[in-house]
Amino acid sequence: MSDAAAANLSVSDEVAIQIIGMHKWYGDFHVLKDINLTVNRGERIVVCGPSGSGKSTMIRCINRLEEHQKGRIIVDDIELTHDVKNIAEIRREVGMVFQHFNLFPHLTVLENCTLAPIWVRRLPKKEADDIAMHYLERVKIPEQALKYPGQLSGGQQQRVAIARSLCMSPKIMLFDEPTSALDPEMISEVLDVMVNLAESGMTMLCVTHEMGFARKVANRVIFMDGGEIIEENEPEEFFHNPQSARTKLFLSQILHH
Amino acid sequence: MVDASRSYEPGTHPDLPPPLAVRGPILWMRKNLFGSPLNVILTLVSLYLLYLIVPGILNWAVFDAVFVAGSREECREIDSGACWALANVRFGQFIYGFYPVSERWRIDLTAVLFLLALLPLLWDRTPYRRQWFIYSGLFPLVAFFLLVGGFGLDRVETTRIGGFTLNVVIGVTGIVASLPLGILLALGRRSHMPIVRTLCVMFIEFIRGVPLITLLFVASTMLNYFLPPGTTFDLILRVLIMVTLFSSAYIAEVVRGGLQAIPKGQTEAADAMGLGYWQSMRLIVLPQALKISIPGIVNTFVGLFKDTTLVVIIGLTDVLGVGRASLADSKWQGLAWEVYVFIAILFFVCCFSMARYSIYLEKKLHTGHKR
Ligand SMILES: Nc1ncnc2c1ncn2[C@@H]1O[C@H](COP(=O)(O)OP(=O)(O)O)[C@@H](O)[C@H]1O
Ligand SMILES: [Mg+2]
Repeated sequence: MSDAAAANLSVSDEVAIQIIGMHKWYGDFHVLKDINLTVNRGERIVVCGPSGSGKSTMIRCINRLEEHQKGRIIVDDIELTHDVKNIAEIRREVGMVFQHFNLFPHLTVLENCTLAPIWVRRLPKKEADDIAMHYLERVKIPEQALKYPGQLSGGQQQRVAIARSLCMSPKIMLFDEPTSALDPEMISEVLDVMVNLAESGMTMLCVTHEMGFARKVANRVIFMDGGEIIEENEPEEFFHNPQSARTKLFLSQILHH
Repeated sequence: MVDASRSYEPGTHPDLPPPLAVRGPILWMRKNLFGSPLNVILTLVSLYLLYLIVPGILNWAVFDAVFVAGSREECREIDSGACWALANVRFGQFIYGFYPVSERWRIDLTAVLFLLALLPLLWDRTPYRRQWFIYSGLFPLVAFFLLVGGFGLDRVETTRIGGFTLNVVIGVTGIVASLPLGILLALGRRSHMPIVRTLCVMFIEFIRGVPLITLLFVASTMLNYFLPPGTTFDLILRVLIMVTLFSSAYIAEVVRGGLQAIPKGQTEAADAMGLGYWQSMRLIVLPQALKISIPGIVNTFVGLFKDTTLVVIIGLTDVLGVGRASLADSKWQGLAWEVYVFIAILFFVCCFSMARYSIYLEKKLHTGHKR
């Protein structure tokens, strides 16, 4: 059933993201320890783990919101180095959705969506508007285009944030707990959009504790703790047959209420 | 079953207008003026004080005042109130200083052109705003040419620019030049580059730690000492530079406060989209930070504008200087009240307009509910 749905989605054997022996420190604090991860094009990876385990830090390294100190990160065949050009190129291809939406409150929904296409991709305004309206329709809020973010509900804001990222036609999407700041009744509207996106074949790396979402669309679930990847498996195996004691404990904590 | 105390079925309650008693002047008075015994007492005491003060002021300033007369003596013969005849007779000097009378139209023209240059900046629905901005950008050159002369216009020594014109010239130049400079300093102070940061911090702290008068004295005397011998460097220009530097340090701190209030998520979102540093500052961070900083920025500008009267100390004849000079005139001796009230009104009108505009701007830039 659910894993059958996941299997329908094609995964190519081209590599989208490759992380090799990556370490990161905040000062003396060793946050990420020897992270190794390969994500193929079209794959949908769910990352979970207790708070403070380094999930956000890991995905933020992928678009250089955080800098890693050791190891290699290769995104879309471009290696992340100190070269500003590489960083800019990777950021153009990688979209990110944040826990707190991070919409720009002084711009309308439409302007939020067209900003990067106009200033980074240098599209004419008309074209950027058309693209933005297309994606706003896809996340089902075209009628809010001229409102300001402060006038929308949390769920609507997060859908705008997703549309905003999609307007750059990214090859990879990163999600950092996109539903954790939402009231319960708004979670499903955002998850629906994400499922829809997964079904369109987008490469996705999602930090989330929505296990229903993981079951439905993920190819693999990754469990992190203490800055390490502890376990990595297909969803069914991961949920029904966790290997390590820490995974079992974590699953019992998030599933039993 | 319908509960007798309910007028609507559960789930069918329509949106009703608020009860009338929530608004209206009588209710407003009851709430704000006579809400409690203490409130009643305060209201009555205030009314009594107003009764004592206001008629006196009105009599002096308007009803018993003299607007046309040849000297203080004549004023006194006509009526007992304020002798505005002085401001009337000397009005030209108060406004234009010692600028040649035949050339005063140049100042008037500059003022009109200035207001036109201001229009697209202050009002975002100006037609052809973009093209208009080009004119606004060129205005300083136009103003310089008109005030100082050249290209067929008679040259006027800059020392002859005086009166309220001088205050406005110094104030406006300081305001216009110190805002961008202050923003750059604020960004520099938060820079990741240690050299830039240190330089900005040192500049800001030095300027803030020194009284403006000291800087003006430096401008009027010591700069000559540092400059190569033989160079003449216009005194008013030196004052303009000092005033600009002075207020830019304050603007920088005000803007830094605004920058700090912007959540980190905003720059992160901009970074993640691939915007560069300057793009993210210009499009995302500064519009929000400046909006928060409006009260502080306007406060600095108002202070700067009033501080322009300090130039009288280094020998420039601004409106205060003209006022003092006219008090020394034997025909008008002893009219200090009239002179200073007149000057106060000039400044008040300008500063109050700035304050009102800032409130309008804040309202206009407000988007949606605060959380
Ligand atoms: N900027 C920072 N400076 C220092 N420590 C940080 C910083 N950001 C996160 N950390 C620490 O790194 C660890 C991992 O954080 P994070 O990646 O946000 O965890 P998660 O997203 O899994 O909850 C936490 O212990 C957190 O306190
Ligand atoms: Mg996190």
